[in-house]
Amino acid sequence: MDDLYRDYILEHYKRPKNFGELDPHDLEALEHNPLCGDELGVHIRVRDERIEDLRFHGHGCAISQAAASIASEELKGMSLKDVGELDADWMIDLLGIPVSATRRKCALLNLKAVRGAVTGDSAWPT
Amino acid sequence: MPRVAEQTLEVRADFPIFARRFDGRELIYLDSGATSQKPQVVIDALADHLQNHNANVHRGVYALAQEADAAYDEARSGVAAFVGASAQTTIFTKNVTEAINLIAYSWGRANVGADDVVLITQMEHHANIVPWQVLCRERGATLRYLEVDERGELSLEELDVELERGDVRLVAFAHVSNVLGTINPVAEMTERIRAAGAVSLVDGAQAVPQMPVDVEALGADFYAWTGHKALGPTGVGVLHGRRELLEAMEPFLTGGDMISSVDFQSATWNELPYKFEAGTPPIAEAVGLGAAVTYLSGLGMENVRAHERALTAYMLERLAEVPGLRVVGPPEAERRGALTSFTLDGIHPHDVAELADRGGVCIRAGHHCAQPLMRCLGVGATARASLGVYNRASDIDALVGALMAGREIFGL
Repeated sequence: MDDLYRDYILEHYKRPKNFGELDPHDLEALEHNPLCGDELGVHIRVRDERIEDLRFHGHGCAISQAAASIASEELKGMSLKDVGELDADWMIDLLGIPVSATRRKCALLNLKAVRGAVTGDSAWPT
Repeated sequence: MPRVAEQTLEVRADFPIFARRFDGRELIYLDSGATSQKPQVVIDALADHLQNHNANVHRGVYALAQEADAAYDEARSGVAAFVGASAQTTIFTKNVTEAINLIAYSWGRANVGADDVVLITQMEHHANIVPWQVLCRERGATLRYLEVDERGELSLEELDVELERGDVRLVAFAHVSNVLGTINPVAEMTERIRAAGAVSLVDGAQAVPQMPVDVEALGADFYAWTGHKALGPTGVGVLHGRRELLEAMEPFLTGGDMISSVDFQSATWNELPYKFEAGTPPIAEAVGLGAAVTYLSGLGMENVRAHERALTAYMLERLAEVPGLRVVGPPEAERRGALTSFTLDGIHPHDVAELADRGGVCIRAGHHCAQPLMRCLGVGATARASLGVYNRASDIDALVGALMAGREIFGL
């Protein structure tokens, strides 16, 4: 069993949850990983200050796609206030694999986009 | 069964990093296109200079300072001779990026106007794109691109058509593409460019380390390359220029060393090449690069090219065995430099590089600082394996083995 490319990571990579576009949507963001040129966009529909539904699109490696897929399930129903407080540890813990320094941005690209869409702060999560 | 590459060079023992073990394994380094490993003679030359001959250049009258001067001058002469250039028109820069910025600033600002065109190609590295974007924006000039065809090559006919418009002032292009591996027909291009009254700038970063280069014969008005890809240290790049152009140009950076005299309100410029070397130059690095080109000359650049061409042919043959693998750029090793970019169906290039690392193989993945080209190719990124004089056929076998194992991990 590979440490990084666990079965569930590869399963999310090959068959990502909530992949695609969502129209109409209330919030959106498009982020790039400057190291590799990967691109990840999110569409979010809001109801009563909560994420009612979301989709992500773009292209990226197994880590970035699996992170986006796994996070999408958790983000549905979350209050916008709570989304604004999510940090890097939340995403890395959720991913459940050892993420090296060079792959950290792959893992965090989706959270960067989601937080950017919700709070307007598009800084890399720390 | 693929034929074994006709590997001609056996120089791995000259490079001390290959004696190191990584988790008990030897280093399989296929990222020389990013930076080369260094032979012991270069490391020794750097250390010897710092240990025994260190002083600033062009300032001291004492014996040690004269030794430093002599070492720096000798490095310049050796580096110039290595590519058939004159020492006086050979300028040490920080890297190719600085060399291109120097041209864009000093030549471009004096020679590119509002109705003019700067022509580059779709296969350029960001270092040969962004300085021209900035120049064109500032001058109100137009930046145009020669297209890359489906083979990953440029068309001389298209160059002719562009030049016939009569408004092209400068054509800047790579000698060898850092993504496609394509060797561009430099001499044919510079001849056309000069005939059209335009100026040529060639980015030789991926060419000089791999093949015999004679800048005089290539006919480029400006030719830039970098030390660290050619077995030398980081921090030293090289710019060769046509004398009349360099003499007519204003300096890029100003300050110490590049002046002839300074009074309270003005200064006059030093002669070539010092006019373009403001401040203390990379002395030890230049000495190290001097040792690197001496080492490469000892191997013979024809032999280096033969070695890497044979290994590239073997690389193309072996990679073709991997299901779902697609190589970008010309299919023939003859038309390529020693680097091979590829995509693998079902595995993102970043994961390809990570999986190669599982097999102890160092390759690169990403956009290789060539995002416009990535768009032309219709991919976000590629994986790239690039060769140096120290590579062996077995390094390529290890890469192919790692890719096959990676496909299994991914359930392909």
